[in-house]
Amino acid sequence: MKPHTLSILVENKPGVLSRVTGLFSRRGFNIESLAVGTCEEADMSRITIIVIGDDARVEQVMKQLHKLIDVIKVSDLTENERVERELALIKVNAEPGTSRAEIMQIAQIFRAQIVDVGSKSVILQVTGDTDKIDALEKLLRQYGVKELVRTGRIGILRGSKIVASLK
Amino acid sequence: MKTGAKILVESLQREGTEIIFGYPGGVVLPIYDELYDSPLRHILVRHEQAAAHAADGYARASGRVGVCLATSGPGACNLVTGIATAYMDSAPIVAITGQVPTSLLGNDAFQESDITGITMPITKHNYLVKSAADISRVVQEAFYIAGTGRQGPVLIDVPKDVSTGLAKDTPLPEKVTLRGYNPTYKGHKRQIDKAIDLIEHAERPLIYAGGGVIASNASEELVRLATTCGVPVTTTLMGIGCIPCDHPLNLGMLGMHGTEYANFAVTESDLLIAIGARFDDRVTGKIDTFAPHAKIVHIDIDPAEIGKNKRVDVPIVGDVKAVLQDMLAGLKKNNAYEAWIKKIRHWRQHHPLRIKDDGRLHPQQIIRTLSDMVKGEAVIVSEVGQNQMWTAQHFCFHHPRTWITSGGLGTMGYGFPAAMGAHFARPDVPVFDIAGDGSIQMNIQEMGTVAANRIPVKVAILNNMYLGMVRQWQELFFDRRYSYTELPPVEFVKIANAYGIDGMRVDSPDEVLPALRASLDCDGPFVMDFRIEREENVFPMVPAGAAINEMIGGHPRS
Repeated sequence: MKPHTLSILVENKPGVLSRVTGLFSRRGFNIESLAVGTCEEADMSRITIIVIGDDARVEQVMKQLHKLIDVIKVSDLTENERVERELALIKVNAEPGTSRAEIMQIAQIFRAQIVDVGSKSVILQVTGDTDKIDALEKLLRQYGVKELVRTGRIGILRGSKIVASLK
Repeated sequence: MKTGAKILVESLQREGTEIIFGYPGGVVLPIYDELYDSPLRHILVRHEQAAAHAADGYARASGRVGVCLATSGPGACNLVTGIATAYMDSAPIVAITGQVPTSLLGNDAFQESDITGITMPITKHNYLVKSAADISRVVQEAFYIAGTGRQGPVLIDVPKDVSTGLAKDTPLPEKVTLRGYNPTYKGHKRQIDKAIDLIEHAERPLIYAGGGVIASNASEELVRLATTCGVPVTTTLMGIGCIPCDHPLNLGMLGMHGTEYANFAVTESDLLIAIGARFDDRVTGKIDTFAPHAKIVHIDIDPAEIGKNKRVDVPIVGDVKAVLQDMLAGLKKNNAYEAWIKKIRHWRQHHPLRIKDDGRLHPQQIIRTLSDMVKGEAVIVSEVGQNQMWTAQHFCFHHPRTWITSGGLGTMGYGFPAAMGAHFARPDVPVFDIAGDGSIQMNIQEMGTVAANRIPVKVAILNNMYLGMVRQWQELFFDRRYSYTELPPVEFVKIANAYGIDGMRVDSPDEVLPALRASLDCDGPFVMDFRIEREENVFPMVPAGAAINEMIGGHPRS
């Protein structure tokens, strides 16, 4: 059982996302993370899904995904050299005074940006892999994390290899 | 400019539709208005579920795409069981549903249901059409998707303002191309060579043929493969008919209610060639002990089926017919496997299917009498349960597409409406629905349909006043505690008569043949109420979770 990063190229049509996610829940898979957006082709979208499962079960889910008419290509990036990133927005308690300065220091170390400053809180924007975001979140907990939003991971292969349709 | 409804009906005709099974309602009024003077034949069913099953029965008997039509909301929802049935058995149907106008979508409008959402897991694909201009393309795609690759149901949801909306005729491509849908038809050469090599070097090979052989119209190739290399064949419930029942190499059905000799052969085989079959739990029993000594070749058009339940040594993705043709071309040796065939012959002699002849009315005799009477020249449809298993075991099928049954989903109430559909596919032969008294009451309202349209379906009810298969499990595994499985007696002939249908009640063995003959002599529908032995069981049987060679109700192993 290990996390698999699936990159799914789909038709940009209504209902595609529910077809894909419905298939996961139907086959008993928990989606750890999901990110979806438009891609290099105007009429397609790319979905990145992280699932945890043994290789045979993940292979079965990939085959089932491939059977969906609106799914053009399914790839498991897990065994390949790849770049994976996630973005998080974290709203932290930051009373004027010491804690605010500490938070800004932490942000600097993590190369996070302060994107909003309020009278009682600040919003940090951080990009990175999951571990980095987890670590930052842990450090900020002591000040009180009021709200945290993550985009879900996206992944892309390193080098010139691509996950694309066969046209 | 034409209305969406007109474009829809013309599109159906262009796809070769000759008959639609349906039920009208509010939002499909524009479509029904088009059907009023269309050459398309429409059969008005009495419940939408029957429309879906009839389209399915038509599809399985003919090999063409069946079509059903229902209104929004309850009409569409009533199709669901029928669509799921078709999905599980890969039957090609196109289901058309009306929908509330697009302006009201998502509004909980009167008779609104999210039928594309509901049917997402039970269709190969579905469409919610948003514009009349899309209809012709969607219909073309729907028929293409339903009828190619691993076949299956496709649903088209048509909002009312789309069927009343106007659009121009749009030119359609000769051939549909969908970049996310490219079934593999031709098998991989090297894999086929490997399979041939395994066959040539096996000592105890066995073909395990499923519904995919019939769906692919590959029965002839299958029989040629079996006879060319002398390999015996066992079929799944869905594969029955792909090889004649009396072919010397045919071992009959395997699995939970298979023949003992077929199950023994699977267990002792050293090469299992699975063709258009999917290692369902009713076939394999305990999966770890299924074909434990065999290398496995698996031929299927759906790559997702390969390796799903059982590890496979030689996977071949492709259309069964094309793959078998390539295999036949590559086969060199004509093997005899003498010791193996001899062993199977021994099992067959010592472990035949049992049939009682004690002067009482046993269902197996009824099936055999019917079988002897029609000699394979009929379409036999069944309901689900004991009636289905007795028919699968004892009827002698000679041709593919003459045995129509709900295998994967096991839908009680399937048989009668599916038999109606089968008649329109095969008007040249008699169509029988083998039913139980439980199943027939799940869609008994279709007596109205067969009566009104003089659809000559012959219904043979094996009436034991029980939900027989469930009762059998209660007898064997629940200490005879018959919890809610007894049904009060019903005079089915009287019900039939009330609809204007002839019928006969049969209480003894000597009345069986006359009743069956009377059903054939009648040029319309006919209902036979066979009062069979009440606690007759389907044997042999593999208890749930056991290995398939551990059968009960069979013969002592010699």
